[in-house]
Amino acid sequence: MEEIAPSYDVVVLGTGLTECILSGVLSVKGQKVLHMDRNDHYGGEAASVNLETLFKQYDNFAPGTEPWKKYGRPNDWNIDLVPKLLMSNGELTNILVSTDVTRYIEFKQIAGSYVQQGQGPRATVAKVPSDASEALRSPLMGIFEKRRAKNFLQWVGNFDEANPSTHNGMNLSQATMKQVYDKYGLEASTRDFIGHSMALYPTDDYIDKKGQAKDCVERIRLYVNSMARYGKSPYIYPLYGLGELPQGFARLSAIYGGTYMLNTTIDEVKFDGSGKVEGIRATMKERGEAGEGMKFETKCKKILADPSYFPDKVKVTGHLVKAICILNHPIDKTDNSDSVQLIIPQSQVGRKHALVSSTHNVCPKGYYIAIVSTISESPANHHLELQPGLERLGKIEEQFMGAPIPIYEPLQSGEQDGVFLSRSYDASSHFETMTDDVRDIYRRAEGEELVVKGLKEGEGLVGGE
Amino acid sequence: MTDSTASAPKPSSSVKLVLLGEAAVGKSSLVLRFVNNDFQPNKEPTIGAAFLTQKCQLPSRTIKFEIWDTAGQERFASLAPMYYRNAQSALVVYDMTKPSSLVKAKHWVAELQRQASPGIVIALVGNKLDLCDDDDPEDEAQDGENAEGHEEEAVRKVSTAEAKAYAEEESLLFYETSAKTGHNVSEVFTAIANAIPETSLKGPRTGAGGGTQAAISGGQDTSRVNLNARGADGAAKEGCAC
Repeated sequence: MEEIAPSYDVVVLGTGLTECILSGVLSVKGQKVLHMDRNDHYGGEAASVNLETLFKQYDNFAPGTEPWKKYGRPNDWNIDLVPKLLMSNGELTNILVSTDVTRYIEFKQIAGSYVQQGQGPRATVAKVPSDASEALRSPLMGIFEKRRAKNFLQWVGNFDEANPSTHNGMNLSQATMKQVYDKYGLEASTRDFIGHSMALYPTDDYIDKKGQAKDCVERIRLYVNSMARYGKSPYIYPLYGLGELPQGFARLSAIYGGTYMLNTTIDEVKFDGSGKVEGIRATMKERGEAGEGMKFETKCKKILADPSYFPDKVKVTGHLVKAICILNHPIDKTDNSDSVQLIIPQSQVGRKHALVSSTHNVCPKGYYIAIVSTISESPANHHLELQPGLERLGKIEEQFMGAPIPIYEPLQSGEQDGVFLSRSYDASSHFETMTDDVRDIYRRAEGEELVVKGLKEGEGLVGGE
Repeated sequence: MTDSTASAPKPSSSVKLVLLGEAAVGKSSLVLRFVNNDFQPNKEPTIGAAFLTQKCQLPSRTIKFEIWDTAGQERFASLAPMYYRNAQSALVVYDMTKPSSLVKAKHWVAELQRQASPGIVIALVGNKLDLCDDDDPEDEAQDGENAEGHEEEAVRKVSTAEAKAYAEEESLLFYETSAKTGHNVSEVFTAIANAIPETSLKGPRTGAGGGTQAAISGGQDTSRVNLNARGADGAAKEGCAC
């Protein structure tokens, strides 16, 4: 029993969502996977933590006090560390369904998707219109603009790349989005909410990029189609928080023979003469456990890891700032929705988005969790960058804000040394870039495209029906 | 198994049951016996089963067990909280010929009391009764003997009295079973089914407050979505028996 095999096909380090999906997929495909994490819990940056852990992690209380006690049982809280939602028609949803991980996780809709126009007390907060008829009712636009937006959304809805008659005379692979907006005569404020709250670009850089129009239209279509699936918003969210996602894929991996070890630190990564990875030395030791722990060594052909395991093989590409807030009320002007995404576009006050969720079994009744986040423009005054988002929240019971979080990406593809690294979770409000990364790593590591269709789990030995 | 033609249909509820216990104590074998009435002597560790289901007919209702295996994640103490989430019952298994497995079982019981929903029904099960020349419950471990791997020599090392006293102390159901002969196996599951409070079956899902109520398909929550109903439009509701 309790033995580590002398060799594995793949060693995976870190149990973030990217790593767990890859681990699950590789195990289903028959590879022998050893998956480790230095932490005592699954999820890494994608974990959901309880309130006591959050207070301690942010060192947000006076010594000797236990402020979390007034908020009920700490374990009734599942607080995400990354502010993200799933697009109901997005790729992560697709992977969840293809792998049957939906058996372990239940999802609920997010009640609304909102955008702010203007700032301060005169700001308008309104639902993001997602189809032609919503555009006609939206308070975000004047009467003539509504019609122009309706025409634009109709065109996007009917757009089919293979059918030139739906292109309205434009070549999207060449055009800039500005040309498209100009063609429909859309006003600046309309471009703003389309770009930021439907195409979900973090900045306005996309507007003038040649050929970016195609990407933009596809993003809007993803938004619109996701919206159409369940009706209230394009977003869905797992009960008990995002931390369920890595756990679900880890279980998938384990069911197909993947070996899991938490509380395990890597002592050495061994490379052969040609610089290719050939094995690892590691120690498993539970927190508080006496002695040296269990030391072991094993061979492997490849390593997949999150950036924190190879700090010298990654670079910083930006910083994310965020504040996690506990509220006891919904956000003003969002129709008392229990869960929302609210985007404050860049040109209004800087790029922010806030997010709340309460009835998703992430906190006790009567409370709400809001995460305000943005890409940091100037690491010096990062708390000021969140201010417009924080103001929008109203009264805040508790606020947790740390230093700007570096966003990493790998320096190399990994094909040389056999060490394939993932990217940090970016500032986008969904998981589409994360699933792009999963595909990219898979391609680099396996030399082929990832096909998730048909990756179903066995139906069990028997059906007891 | 389907005798629903008789009179009014009984109410039916799904119950999540998790298996816990040291590796090789016979967790999967017990389930295989219960679900399939089968036994495989040298079974490989479980691969490829998300969970198994089996119905248990009680006089007044039908309980459909959704049985989760650890998938080996217990080996290096790496079971995820998801495993315990909303489990309404647990089978904590030890091997009667291996005292260390009872120590481990006690550890799992403590873990369940810490992590699982309050009110979870826990059954402590001593397995491999067939290896014990029974009717001698006080046949305690003899020094210097290692029964592991020597089936013929394997004898009871954990007395009924010891395990039973512990089970009573912690308010656990207690059975000694043999997955090999089938002895007491269905009895364990029936006892669990009977012990699950009706309230936790009928009540609607509570909103917030993880682990306060059983999560079963009773709630009528229109914002819940069924991702597997792809192609179907509108807000898909969870299947519900009421």
